[in-house]
Amino acid sequence: MAMNVPLSWLRAYVDVDMPVEQLAHRLTMAGIEVGGVERIGGWNDCYVGHVLDVGPHPNADRLRLCTVDIGGERLQVVCGAPNVAEQQKIAFARVGATLFNTHSGKVEPLKAAKIRGVTSEGMICSVLELGIGEEHDGILVLPDDAPTGTPLADYLGDTVLELEVTANRPDCFSVLGVAREVAAFSGTQVAEPDAGYPEEGEPVESLATVEIEDPALCARYTAALLTGVSIGPSPEWLQERLTRAGQRPINNIVDVTNYVMLETGQPLHAFDFDKVAGRRIIVRQARPGEKHVTLDGVERELAPPMVVIADPEKAVGLGGVMGGANTEVTEETHTILLESASFHPFNTRRTADDLKLRTEASLRFEKGWRQGLPPVGLRRAVKLMLEVAGGIAARGIIDVYPDRPEPRVITLTAARMEKVLGVTVPMADAARTLTSLGIACRMMGDDALEVEAPPWRADITIEDDLVEEVVRVIGYDDVPTAPLAAPIPLSTPDTAQAVKEEVRDLLASIGMQEVITYSMVSEHALELAYRGAEPPAPPMRAFNPISSEHECLRTSLRPGLLRTLAANQRHEGVPQWYFEVGKEFIFTGDGLPDERQKAAGVLSGPGAQASWAAAEATAGFYDAKGVVEALCDRVGVTPSFEPLDDPFYHPGRAATISAGGQRIGELGEVHPEALDAFDVRGEGAVYFEVDLAALTEAVPQSARRFRSISVYPEALRDLALVVGMDVPADRVREIIEQHPLVARAALFDVYAGEQVGADVRSLAYRVSFQAPDRTLTAEEVQRAMDRLLSRLERELGAAQRQG
Amino acid sequence: MTTAPEILGTLHNIRTVAVAELDGVEDDAALEAWRIAYLGRREGRLTLIMRRMAELEAEERRSVGVQANDVKALLESQLAEKTEALKSAKLAQAAQEGRLDVTLPGRRPALGRLHPITQTMREITRAFISMGFQVVEGPEVELDHYNFGMLNIPRGHPARDMFDTLWLDHTNAEGEREMLLRTHTSPMQARIMEATQPPVRVVVPGRVYRFEATDATHEWHFTQVEGLAVDRGITFANLKGTLYEFARLVFGSERRVRFRCDFFPFVEPGVDVAIDCFSCDGAGAPDCRICRGSGWIEIMGAGMVHPRVLEMSGIDHTEYTGFAFGMGVERIAMLKYGIDDIRYFYGNDARFLRQF
Ligand SMILES: [Zn+2]
Repeated sequence: MAMNVPLSWLRAYVDVDMPVEQLAHRLTMAGIEVGGVERIGGWNDCYVGHVLDVGPHPNADRLRLCTVDIGGERLQVVCGAPNVAEQQKIAFARVGATLFNTHSGKVEPLKAAKIRGVTSEGMICSVLELGIGEEHDGILVLPDDAPTGTPLADYLGDTVLELEVTANRPDCFSVLGVAREVAAFSGTQVAEPDAGYPEEGEPVESLATVEIEDPALCARYTAALLTGVSIGPSPEWLQERLTRAGQRPINNIVDVTNYVMLETGQPLHAFDFDKVAGRRIIVRQARPGEKHVTLDGVERELAPPMVVIADPEKAVGLGGVMGGANTEVTEETHTILLESASFHPFNTRRTADDLKLRTEASLRFEKGWRQGLPPVGLRRAVKLMLEVAGGIAARGIIDVYPDRPEPRVITLTAARMEKVLGVTVPMADAARTLTSLGIACRMMGDDALEVEAPPWRADITIEDDLVEEVVRVIGYDDVPTAPLAAPIPLSTPDTAQAVKEEVRDLLASIGMQEVITYSMVSEHALELAYRGAEPPAPPMRAFNPISSEHECLRTSLRPGLLRTLAANQRHEGVPQWYFEVGKEFIFTGDGLPDERQKAAGVLSGPGAQASWAAAEATAGFYDAKGVVEALCDRVGVTPSFEPLDDPFYHPGRAATISAGGQRIGELGEVHPEALDAFDVRGEGAVYFEVDLAALTEAVPQSARRFRSISVYPEALRDLALVVGMDVPADRVREIIEQHPLVARAALFDVYAGEQVGADVRSLAYRVSFQAPDRTLTAEEVQRAMDRLLSRLERELGAAQRQG
Repeated sequence: MTTAPEILGTLHNIRTVAVAELDGVEDDAALEAWRIAYLGRREGRLTLIMRRMAELEAEERRSVGVQANDVKALLESQLAEKTEALKSAKLAQAAQEGRLDVTLPGRRPALGRLHPITQTMREITRAFISMGFQVVEGPEVELDHYNFGMLNIPRGHPARDMFDTLWLDHTNAEGEREMLLRTHTSPMQARIMEATQPPVRVVVPGRVYRFEATDATHEWHFTQVEGLAVDRGITFANLKGTLYEFARLVFGSERRVRFRCDFFPFVEPGVDVAIDCFSCDGAGAPDCRICRGSGWIEIMGAGMVHPRVLEMSGIDHTEYTGFAFGMGVERIAMLKYGIDDIRYFYGNDARFLRQF
């Protein structure tokens, strides 16, 4: 929330003895961020003018010819405004002044002009032309005491600080609050505004009563009564201050309530007391379905625990938010009941939210209880009302405060300051700073202060709050800089994290681009990715989704990756191998979901960038499988693969990935219809995913063990087998490698076709024989080959391929 | 009968013809034929003539022999020279023919890249790991209790306005909506302190979420790194020291760091941390796009852990103190790489990702 503070108003309470840039910097450093500085005025060639004479224009009925004195110089000017009159003080612009041109809509220099044959030596300005208001029906009339000839910038100019106030500092939603900040870093004191006034009427208790039904929702209600007031426009100074702070003047009574709210931070409301039945105010919860028309003319349906201000017959206002239309102050009003109360912060907030009616008052109440503030604002407002609207104030004020708490007294010690900040701050300095902030304190010996939190500072509740008050004014530059000296805590190695980062590095190193896609997707996208398969759990929807594209938490990484692939296919020459390390959210029980961290990837087209020197190949099942194998190898896991039936994949071209008997993932060629659904074009795509927690589980606990390298040569033999189509190649390799003399077997050819016959295929292995302790003889190798063949024949029905 | 003059004449003739012939030899085969023709051990002309010297008188044989040996030495040395000449000619030719266009592109192994957020995150965590912090991660779906309550932001607290929250469509047994997407990584502060007594020194990287409209500087889905250190004797001075070191490691050794008062409900005192602009060197140049003329770049919020937060997590706040900080990884990546729109990160356009 922003607060506009005109410098001229701020100066009413505190000396500002620094340039505005420095002021803005100091406020910002102390936590009251100055988001902008608006300069009003800066007009060149504009002066306070005195209208000496107003006569008719010789050639135009609606124009007047005026003579204006701007301090020793008399100028003739043509003016069309209906409200120009002799003896007025006005804002006069000479030729050359830079103003808002109402005809062109631009800010530009004023040119010399002949208007209907008469030379005009300048212009009498409206607020619109001066850029300080919207009005253009007439000229701006200045007060009679405005000094003729004074540059207008000196007389009317101002600077407005636009403050961004944090949620803990509602006191800085007031000019006085900001003045206290300025006083603190200037080392001075604030001049508190005058709140004294003659109390000439009847005792207030004899004129009105107030009752709070629920002190939890309205802790304090103070009220004053004024009789015989005259409602009318506020004086210029009051209107001007409100305007500069961004408020629209209404009438003298309402303007004072707004003015005092801006000055002290305490919202106030004035009732036309003659319209309050029974001279009684009752603060109560709204009744279910109770109707009430607020000041903005809107009828609102209320419900408990909203708070209403009521008389015995009806609600007359919505507590903490807005007054009621039925007791609005009008020109006929004679008696004012002025309310200054303290409403429950969250209840006020909820009421304003529910009714979509956040007001200046509700914004101030919702930022925290400040129960000491109502009488301060009340007395100040009565004083100003008597000044600007006349009348007589009743004697005393009503102050209903059922559960008045003890004053908040906090002790600030030098030891705590040092413990928190790491530097010794003399308590006398601390005391001086706090006092400047308007926080009363007294020394308790040399090393402690007893502090009473002021009514306008709801945020000060513990000792450390005072530590901050002191250090933010002194400045953090004065706190020393020291590295952490405490011993480094023992840490336990985190395998899951290590595996995650290894996997990322591996996938990137083999040509895959990492992407990060949104954790929330549409339910439709998930349906397209499951293609009728049972999802692990129904996806959880957001209560207030960002958009229908991001309405539920993903239970699969598939949609994000396929979308990324489809979107990037529009750009040629980009490698289309993507992976993501991210979470799937599986809600099974009633509590927090299982957040499954996965590494998933999609491969389409050649992995390496298309090159002049390399043939293009399209990624297929075995490319993805190779990626998975490499990924597992990187972390020391040996995966195994079993056929998988899942409608997301092309039938017969998908597999589960397991390790140590546990399923850790899956891969396969994506079903063409799934590709279509995600607008993926081209020759297909392969997808894989590995559950990183399961992969981490499978990582061997012990470090890899060194095996000595045989010094004896290996003997290589090619073994070409013919096996049935349904015999898994992996099983063949396993049997070969189980032979004690076989070091390894590498598949180098797979063939199915005429030369071997129907329903069978040929698998050719290069088998390496080796013994750790001797050179194998040709006979030994041949015996081993024979034994291998007979075992393969017995167990898998394999035959040696002929020819 | 062979006479000495006859042999001498033949020797002379062989010498003249052989040398002339050798001159015309241009390849290895011709050279070999030449060698066999004159120096061949069986039928070489020089060999044959030297064999006939046996028919001469001993005296004549000696003088003719000297001359014959001279011719032989000459032919042999010429042969060696020619062999050498042919070899280097061949090499020169091979070199000429095998010349490559070194400007043709290389055959690269495929190489992917990590997402810029991953890279930046690693850089940040690496800096803190070097200062003894351990990396831990936490859940992205959180309970109101940890995201707010344990951080001194009870229901109804005005500071909740600072965190536009994405709630999940779920209510608990009491009918309360309690599950949300964490709005910051800070809930891990409470989770860690509940689980471990001090000393604690951790950083928490992770995704966070806000219910927020997207524009060039706002995403509803972004990344934070949280830091927490709790022990006896930890002070604001240590917070400054730690963050100075972080700024030095990540942004360079010349960086200055500025702390100004700010409000976060779970720290007291709370500060906003800025580094001086590395683009205009802190000068605050009016046209500087990085700092917009202020000379400073705000990079994180920080502060001393609020005593109530320690207390709620079961840590004695009279004995222990701590500091915490949190920063947006996207913001730091944008600053480091000069990226002007946060939406690039999750748009996943390969033309963007390939640049890092
Ligand atoms: Zn800069």
